[in-house]
Amino acid sequence: MVDPATAFLQGGIAAGSVPEHSLRHAPGPYFGSYGGRWMPESLIAALDELEETFEKAKLDPDFLAEIAELNKNYSGRPSLLTEAKRFSEHAGGARIFLKREDLNHTGSHKINNVLGQALLAKRMGKTRIIAETGAGQHGVASATAAALLGLECVVYMGAEDCRRQALNVARMQLLGATVVPVTNGSQTLKDAINDALRDWVANVENTHYVLGTVSGAHPFPAMVRFFHEVIGQEARGQILDQVGHLPDAVCACIGGGSNAIGLFHGFLDDASVKMYGFEAGGDGVDTGRHAATITLGRPGVLHGARSYLMQDEDGQTIESHSISAGLDYPGVGPEHSYLHDIGRVNYEPITDTEAMDAFKLLCRTEGIIPAIESSHALAGALKVGHRLVVDAEKPEDVVIIVNLSGRGDKDVETAADWFGMLDEDGHVKGTTLSTRNAKGHAHGAGAVSTDSNTKDASHE
Amino acid sequence: MSDSTKAGATPAVFESKSAAAIDKAKAAGRKALIAYLPAGYPNKQASIDAAIAVARNGADIIEIGIPYSDPVMDGAVIQAATVEALANGFHVTDVFDIVAAITAETDAAVMVMTYWNPVMRLGVDEFARRLAEAGGAGLITPDLIPDEAAEWFAASDKYGLDRVFLVAPSSTPERVDMTVRATRGFVYAVSIMGVTGARSSVSSAAESVVAAAHAAGAERACVGLGVSQAKHVREIAAYADGVIVGTALVAALRDGGVEAVGALAKELSSGFDAPADAEATL
Repeated sequence: MVDPATAFLQGGIAAGSVPEHSLRHAPGPYFGSYGGRWMPESLIAALDELEETFEKAKLDPDFLAEIAELNKNYSGRPSLLTEAKRFSEHAGGARIFLKREDLNHTGSHKINNVLGQALLAKRMGKTRIIAETGAGQHGVASATAAALLGLECVVYMGAEDCRRQALNVARMQLLGATVVPVTNGSQTLKDAINDALRDWVANVENTHYVLGTVSGAHPFPAMVRFFHEVIGQEARGQILDQVGHLPDAVCACIGGGSNAIGLFHGFLDDASVKMYGFEAGGDGVDTGRHAATITLGRPGVLHGARSYLMQDEDGQTIESHSISAGLDYPGVGPEHSYLHDIGRVNYEPITDTEAMDAFKLLCRTEGIIPAIESSHALAGALKVGHRLVVDAEKPEDVVIIVNLSGRGDKDVETAADWFGMLDEDGHVKGTTLSTRNAKGHAHGAGAVSTDSNTKDASHE
Repeated sequence: MSDSTKAGATPAVFESKSAAAIDKAKAAGRKALIAYLPAGYPNKQASIDAAIAVARNGADIIEIGIPYSDPVMDGAVIQAATVEALANGFHVTDVFDIVAAITAETDAAVMVMTYWNPVMRLGVDEFARRLAEAGGAGLITPDLIPDEAAEWFAASDKYGLDRVFLVAPSSTPERVDMTVRATRGFVYAVSIMGVTGARSSVSSAAESVVAAAHAAGAERACVGLGVSQAKHVREIAAYADGVIVGTALVAALRDGGVEAVGALAKELSSGFDAPADAEATL
């Protein structure tokens, strides 16, 4: 297998000589009719500066070596590719391999992107980074990169998400970041992005906005993808090494879509590899309480890009719903919208219940507690496995890679509540272990009450 | 659309309503006062009444804002007002009734300020057609830059509408040039790197932004963001062609209703009347 530094360098160098008709190397700002820059003029100069810095950096061997070194010796890359043998029995016998982004430092794929962007921030002479976060994973990763590189860090997080992810709020604070609970709108990820953008407009002189996913104005979708391409590059090499051929399918969960685009990137130009993106179906796509943007949305502009969007007949953004804070976003990266329209990737919804069933199954069959976000990809892979084995000579001929984008430590409280492990006081039954944000009842747990103790969780 | 064929395929020749309003103020020896109010706040009729009140108390151009779920350029006061308008049942197409009602009652040019997605959702051409039909002057688009505005260029030419883009303290000379060329009516000079909201003083950056716009050939450049008092109006009138006030008016409407917002418009417009020695009395 190629060592990670070489893999990363190859990716960077390849980007300098783009083969024609390569989906892998779509440079932006447009992906078909999606993407672009639907942004206030005040921010255009900063986007131009970022684009210029990024375009230079991605061809600069020193920069690429710096990232490769951090990826290897700080994040712990390459992440493993683990065959999930007992879990596979529930997928019609297809062989499922897990790309273990959960094993990265900070517990998810998010570190790939923030290290790259924090290094760019330093190159631009910025002393302060800001970030939005949903589940808290991107916020934790941003706070981590800021601590590592000596930058000030402010994280905007919906008050509702602070409540759901109190543990991550504390982690960010321990790392020296300031967490600002956002009380506008639905108090979730989209509102955190709005407030981060307002901060950025006012402080753009010394501040870089470390956007956490492949959405937003150019160059964010192309740039964030670039920093996550390492996932797909590694996975491709690892699966060739372990089974000797390309997978039949790759699966990932989709909120904004950064972990998915990173994995897909390694296989986009391999026509034989089917691709699946699993969106948050919430209570079900027919209930109106979901975050299945591509499945049910229609094109519009939000947060700087034209893309699929959950919106009403007036063009107002509809509030999304998901048990998973990281997927609870009514938009999606523009490249995904394009890959959907051209039919290269299949996007399907997974309900809260399906995701939580897969969450439990992976815990019990593999000894791995996945993030609830990643559990959507696991649930989808079970379905894909059953579908693909039908046409296979032997079920075990079917090989599927699932991006296990994060670990589930942050979700223990939500899961304990979901599975009825808590008593009326929010304690784990039979113990005095408090789950401070629990509501003391099981199921339907995706629905959240607003009487939160957000203040306790995330004061500054 | 037979209306458009009258103008021909070449860029339409028509009178810019907002430019005419600014020029009329100039002819009267002052600068234009441009007043922002959110559509449907606190309800549809009250927003019409408020706009008529400010027009009768010195506003030359009324800027009606469409409440939007994700207003990234707005500060707390306007956010709160637009959230309330939406909660009270505002729908985007109500804005056409509001524009028509204001134009029927006043001589003010009526612009609509809107984030772009509501326009896209209705359809850019359809939106422009209905705005023109309602007597509207054009659109101010805080999150639409000329680079992405091809559809809006076509529709605004077709229906004879002004297109007001923003220039900011951070805009490069190249972007100021490009934006000035794309603009019809007036250039919106953003006074500060930030969001809407009353501030105690107006940033000195505003004057440079206006100078850059004028140097790039803009005949009319108006300053907005952070303007809340008559003394700001007086300061800005010294170098700009118009002064845009939003948050302060929204706060007045919130706290004192239609009467208060009319009174504030009157007070703000007094900033233009002050004689040269007014500085001494400040």
